Amino acid sequence: MITGFRRILRAGFVGFWRNAYVSLASIFVITIALFVIGSTMMIDKLLVVSLEQLQAKVDINVYFVTTAKQDDIDALRTSLEALPDVALVTYTSREEALSKYRARYQSDTVAMQALDELKENPLGATIAIQAKEVSQYENIASFLDEQKAGEEPQNPIISKINYADKKESINKLQNIIDAVERGSYISQIVLIVAAIMITFNTIRLAIYTAREEISIMRLVGAGNMFIRGPFMLQGLMYGFIAGVMALLILYPILLWLGPITGVFFGFNIFDYFVGNFSSIFGTLIGIGMALGLVSSVLAVARYLRV
Amino acid sequence: MIYFDNVSKLYNDGRSIAIEGITFQIEPKEFVSIVGHSGAGKSTILKMIIAESKPTSGQIFFESLDVNKIPRSRLPQYRRKIGTVFQDFKLLINKTAYENIAFAMEANGRTDDEIAENVPQALALVDLTDKAWNFPDELSGGEKQRVAIARAIVNQPDIIIADEPTGNLDPIATYEVVQILRKINDLGTTVVMTTHNKGVIDELGRRVITMDGGRIIRDDVSGKYVL
Repeated sequence: MITGFRRILRAGFVGFWRNAYVSLASIFVITIALFVIGSTMMIDKLLVVSLEQLQAKVDINVYFVTTAKQDDIDALRTSLEALPDVALVTYTSREEALSKYRARYQSDTVAMQALDELKENPLGATIAIQAKEVSQYENIASFLDEQKAGEEPQNPIISKINYADKKESINKLQNIIDAVERGSYISQIVLIVAAIMITFNTIRLAIYTAREEISIMRLVGAGNMFIRGPFMLQGLMYGFIAGVMALLILYPILLWLGPITGVFFGFNIFDYFVGNFSSIFGTLIGIGMALGLVSSVLAVARYLRV
Repeated sequence: MIYFDNVSKLYNDGRSIAIEGITFQIEPKEFVSIVGHSGAGKSTILKMIIAESKPTSGQIFFESLDVNKIPRSRLPQYRRKIGTVFQDFKLLINKTAYENIAFAMEANGRTDDEIAENVPQALALVDLTDKAWNFPDELSGGEKQRVAIARAIVNQPDIIIADEPTGNLDPIATYEVVQILRKINDLGTTVVMTTHNKGVIDELGRRVITMDGGRIIRDDVSGKYVL
C-alpha cells in the first residue's frame, strides 16, 4: 500500500518533469483561467462596495415643527430605531440645525441679518433615516405617514417627510442596483463556467497525448488506480502551480490599481487583497487543485475502459 | 493450457467475419506459431487470449478460467499471467528501458528488492545491460523489441503472446528476437507467436497453425510455412 503510494508519487513527479512542455502549457492555460476567476472576485468586491456606498448616500428626512416637544421627538426616534428595516437614525436638534445653517451661510450677510432679526430659532429638529436596503424605504415612509396621520391636530409634531420628493430617485437607484447585481452575477457565472471548461479541456488534451501510454499500462496489467494516480497527482500540481501563478500576476496589477480604486471608490482593492490574502489564496488554489483533480480523473476514465 | 472451443468473431452485425469456428488447444511449454495472410484472423486470436476482444460465440479457457467471464476489475490480475510483445513494441516513451521493465513489476505489486534483482537479469537475458538507461527513442527497432520481451518475461508469466514481433525488424534483429523467444521457451515458458516471416517459421521447426479467411486450414506439429 505504502509502496504503491510512493510509486504513484514518484511516477507523478517524473511524468510532470519529463512531459515538461505539456505540463507548462497546461499550467499556462489554467493560470489564465484562475486569473479570470480571481479578477472576477476582485471586480465583484468593488461592485459590492460601490453599491453599498451609493446606498449609504440615500436617506429619508423627517422635519419637525419648531414647537414639537422633545419627548415626542425622542419617542419617534426610539420607535424608528426599533424598526427592523432601519439601519441608522441620525438626529439633529434645533440648535445644531441653527449652527450648521450659520456655518453654511457665514459669508451671506443678508441671510445672517435676517436670522438676527428673528428672536427665535426658526429651524426645527430633523431626523435622517437610512434603511438597510433601498427597497425598505417604502415601508419606513409608510410608517412615518401613519405617525403623522395619528398626531393630535392641536399638537402637531412632524412638519414634513421628504420621501415623496426622493421616491423617484430611490426607485431609479433600486433599478440600477438590481441590474448591476444581476449583470455581475450572470457574467461571473459565464466566466467561471468558461474557466472550468478551459481547464477541463486542457487537461483532457494533456492526457489525450498519453492515451497510448495508458493502453500500454493496461496491457502490462497495471491496475486502474496505479494508472490513474500519477495523472491525478499531476492534475493537482497543475492546479497548485497555476493558482500561485495567478496570484503572482494579480499582485502587481492590484498594487497598481489599489490607489486608483482608493480615489474612485474610496476603497483600496490592494489593501483588501492583502488583508484577505489567505482566503483568496485558499480559494484560487483550492479551485485550481479541485479542477485539476476532477479533470484528470474524468479524462483518464475515458481511456481506462476496455 | 489454452483452449479455444468453436470460437467466432463477427463485425458489423455479422457482415464481416474475423474468425469462424476456431477450435484448438495449446499445451504448456509449447512454442506455437500462427501464420496466415493479413486479415486471416491471427491477431484476433491473440487479442482474445488477453481478453482485449470478446468472441461473438464460443468459449476460451485459460487453464480452468473462462476468459470471457473475468470481471473487468479482475482483468489486470489476469493479464499479469501473460507476457505480451507487439509489432510496434508498445514501450512507454517517457520511461527508460529499465523503467519500462520495472513498471511491469511495479504494476504487479513486486517489492523494490525484487525489482532491483530481476530487472537487470531480464536486461541481461536480452543482452541490453548497457542500454538500461536509454529511452525508447534512443534504441534501434531490434533493441526496442528486446526491451519489450524483457518486460514481457520479467514477471515470469505462464505464457508469452507475441503479435508479429519481427514485423518491423531487419533480418539480423529478427534472428536475435527469435533466438531470445526460443531461449525463453527452452526455459519453460509457453510462447504463442503470429508471423508473416517464412524464414522464421522454417528455421524454428516447431508447431505451426495456418489460418486463412478466419479458419484454421492446417495444424502441423513440426511445421513449415506453406501458404
